Amino acid sequence: MINELITPGADRQLKNHTSLGQIVRNTFTMAYRGLLKIRRTPEQLFDVTLQPIIFTLMFTYIFGGAISGNVHNYLPVIIPGILVQTVITTSIVTGVQLREDMDKGVFDRFKSLPIARIAPLSGALLADTVRYTIATLLTFSMGYIMGYRPEGGIGHVALAGILVIVCSWAISWIFAFFGVIARTASSVQGISMLVLFPLTFLSNAYVPVNTMPSWLQWFVNVNPVSHLVTAVRDLANTGTIGNDLLISLMGAAAIVVIFIPLTVRAYMHRT
Amino acid sequence: MTITNESDKEINSNWAVEARGLVKTFADNRAVDGVDMNVRTGTIYGVLGPNGAGKTTTIRMLSTLLKPDAGSARIFGHDIVREPHIVRQLIGVTGQYASVDETLSATENLIIFSRLLGLSRVEAKRKATDLLEEFGLTEAAKRPLKKFSGGMRRRLDLAASLIAQPPLIFLDEPTTGLDPRTRSQMWDTIRRLVKSGSTILLTTQYLDEADQLADRIAVIDRGRVIVEGTVDGLKASVGTSSLQLSIQNDKDILRACLLVENVLGVPTIMSPETRKITAPMANADLVTDLLLSLREAGIGLKEISVQRPTLDEVFLTITGHGVEPSKSNPLIGNHHEEAIQA
Repeated sequence: MINELITPGADRQLKNHTSLGQIVRNTFTMAYRGLLKIRRTPEQLFDVTLQPIIFTLMFTYIFGGAISGNVHNYLPVIIPGILVQTVITTSIVTGVQLREDMDKGVFDRFKSLPIARIAPLSGALLADTVRYTIATLLTFSMGYIMGYRPEGGIGHVALAGILVIVCSWAISWIFAFFGVIARTASSVQGISMLVLFPLTFLSNAYVPVNTMPSWLQWFVNVNPVSHLVTAVRDLANTGTIGNDLLISLMGAAAIVVIFIPLTVRAYMHRT
Repeated sequence: MTITNESDKEINSNWAVEARGLVKTFADNRAVDGVDMNVRTGTIYGVLGPNGAGKTTTIRMLSTLLKPDAGSARIFGHDIVREPHIVRQLIGVTGQYASVDETLSATENLIIFSRLLGLSRVEAKRKATDLLEEFGLTEAAKRPLKKFSGGMRRRLDLAASLIAQPPLIFLDEPTTGLDPRTRSQMWDTIRRLVKSGSTILLTTQYLDEADQLADRIAVIDRGRVIVEGTVDGLKASVGTSSLQLSIQNDKDILRACLLVENVLGVPTIMSPETRKITAPMANADLVTDLLLSLREAGIGLKEISVQRPTLDEVFLTITGHGVEPSKSNPLIGNHHEEAIQA
């Protein structure tokens, strides 16, 4: 096939932009690459499998008696909280792995191919929703084993799971941005943890807000993580859809609108 | 209107690469300092220079991986800064270090690149199989690349660059670190590519590689093209070829020497141990006379050869400092050290 005559460069009809269809196709191919990588190195799924199990066990038995009188009553409070915290934490790995990946020669090839510029990023982030799904399933399963019976029913629990996955995907663009601008993978991990730790713990995920000092209550109530946790509780425990769901989705949309262009631009400028 | 288009096309199809005054600066290091380059369609163009001369940076700019700080370049008439997406559809890039996915297998790599280039699932699979066959990688197709040798990786890398059958292929030091056998295989592949209509721009630090493959070469040093031309032209510009005669019989050597000096009218170098006479050959026509004179004088020849200057000598003559190894710091190179000394 090397001997086949090639079409001369001057005779080709070419376009200087990528169509939306091509962006979607390229993204899915890149996501396929991400999935193949996960399959080749399954050990990178340790964090998403162990963290939900350990955190759920640990926090439920530590805080259960103190906060809700007993473990069983605490489960409807803690499981949505743990779920949001775990899955969002998992999205840090996206940024870290992107940083490691970008240092490899294969990203040079991606840049030299006539593909959508965003595809290497959007594909990686799309593939990582698999990790969020695993973490979500495991958290709910752990809760079930410990006696959690969400009254919203399986449909609303599934909706709650999807909501968390979508929001985490949106948040992962923040960490992807860190991944693109940072110099090393460990600094991505460091910065991201620094941002995420206060956000997830200064929320209503573990403890009722009314037990906190008023200045902290103010922050906890505006914290988007609190809204997401509340939205998940509403869905899973009562099967209701409230303002918090709307606020969570709007927050996710805002992150995507701000961070996708930022990240892609930073990626293009980085050499 | 039609006339303009026609003449545009004429220009486009003649030149695969037209670069004017390309500049790239990293911090205080002017890696590329005004490179001009014209590569004719269907030829192999060699960019020759030591480590840190600016070869890779030039290729990275031409292949849209780096934005030039100054200057411009066109690939088949398309501007690299204004029409990068078109340029990317016309080029294949094989880097100095293999740009393939280490965690995946050879087949998976090729399928992903094919899919990215718009091939269907079935086409991608077929393309991958064909290319692996072509590059002798079929047996290793399913193994993860971590277990590949350097040569296999390089071949896979080149295969990946050929998926879209690009009319222009950049090869950045395609044979650095390869053993002699793999190296000559790579040379064969490059020659076949050109036969199929590709244009190739390759960089190399090996003078014999440029000599073997390139139709034209640019010698680049410290970010500048210091000389450009055909390989033969460059050699000729450095000096004349020399004629070497081996004499059959020891005792004839002095007589032969005198005869050569007489007929050619030039001084000779004689080495009695090897029975060899070397003389500059300014006028090839006179060699006929010399051979006839030798026959008349009854001096038997064992061997006769014409030695042309090597590219090493070319480089030494042009740069005045020869090829200095600067492996320890290829990016900064020896430019810096001298600047500090000065």
